[in-house]
Amino acid sequence: MFVLVVGGGKVGYYLTRELIDSGHEVVLMERDPGRASQIADEIGSIVVAHDGCEGKYLDEAGCNRADIVAAVTGDDEDNLVICQMAKHHFDVPRTIARVNNPTNEALFRHLGVDEIISPTRMILGSIEQDIPVHELLHLAALGDSDLEIIEAHLQAGSPAVGRSPSELSMPEGCSLFAVVRNGVATPLRGDTVLAVGDKVIAIGGTDCEALLRDQLLGANLEDQAVAGETATR
Amino acid sequence: MKIVIIGCGRVGAVLAEAFDTAGHEVVIIDLSTRAFERLSSEFRGQAVRGDGTDEDVLRRVGAVGADAFLALTEGDNRNVMAAQIAMEKLEVNRAMAKVNDPVRAAAYAELGIATICRTTMLSDAIQTFVGLRGSGMPSVIDAVAHHHQGPPPPAGAAAAVGTTGAAGAAGGKA
Repeated sequence: MFVLVVGGGKVGYYLTRELIDSGHEVVLMERDPGRASQIADEIGSIVVAHDGCEGKYLDEAGCNRADIVAAVTGDDEDNLVICQMAKHHFDVPRTIARVNNPTNEALFRHLGVDEIISPTRMILGSIEQDIPVHELLHLAALGDSDLEIIEAHLQAGSPAVGRSPSELSMPEGCSLFAVVRNGVATPLRGDTVLAVGDKVIAIGGTDCEALLRDQLLGANLEDQAVAGETATR
Repeated sequence: MKIVIIGCGRVGAVLAEAFDTAGHEVVIIDLSTRAFERLSSEFRGQAVRGDGTDEDVLRRVGAVGADAFLALTEGDNRNVMAAQIAMEKLEVNRAMAKVNDPVRAAAYAELGIATICRTTMLSDAIQTFVGLRGSGMPSVIDAVAHHHQGPPPPAGAAAAVGTTGAAGAAGGKA
């Protein structure tokens, strides 16, 4: 397979090395001559020291016979143009672009880039997995006491949904006092029926948090995942 | 008319003031606030610091549905990308990108964006001045395939464009 890699930064450099190691034919384009000769010293004369955005140099690098063009520079606009030139001007069957701004993903796909790799999105996804979604939000601490105002966002599966506060067993010293529904805050009465999407505001000590979480949010995500797993077995 | 200009360089600033004087609604965007010093104190349009290739920024400044969108920064690729965002995402009527690489300028006209190529313009003007015939290429290449919906035209759509004469300098960063 003949792969044309454009952009000799860290990603392009290691990508080129890996591709060579697995037996592919590779040409790397890097517009900075210093960086280009540095890479050429290390991995041989497969480096074209020219701008891969320019039609003339893409042509010289053999773009028209490339099976894959991988645009991995640090600039989204450059990667887009490299892929579009490869696809529409040189008939390259498969184009891959690195995208840094996640909002550009849809645009790139729409404009015909075959594959989109977004490091930002990947890292974001990995971080979001580690943050429990079913979390109590600490809004404010009350003076010198250990009391605080806490918000719980009710989601599907919460044990409090469809019930009223009087049916819930609140930990001692903790009270629910308001609910925010569709952006409107109303005092919570004994007979208010809670629904998915409600934000319940409570006052309580830090020690009653665990019970509050059980009552309003249910088992935490990990427990649910474990429960789900055992259920399918 | 509502006109959005990306890049407040000499050309961008002159155009912004001309459209403003003619009574049009103008928004001009640049990455640097210093660039706006080129605008006279009489300029009544909006001057916004921001990235013209960022869709969110463009939406915030009200680029949606603009009558004309002119991408005139020093970076060919930034201009091309901004103009494509305008056409594909922001329902802009007409978009033009300044593209100094003649090969790219011709290729993008095929993809639905009008392009203007300084390299072709200047070299033709100079050749004419010394009594030679220029390239015969138009300085403004109007969009050929207008505003495609869905995936772009199949590969080969731009095959008619020659790869010779690519003497343009790479688009540097402003």
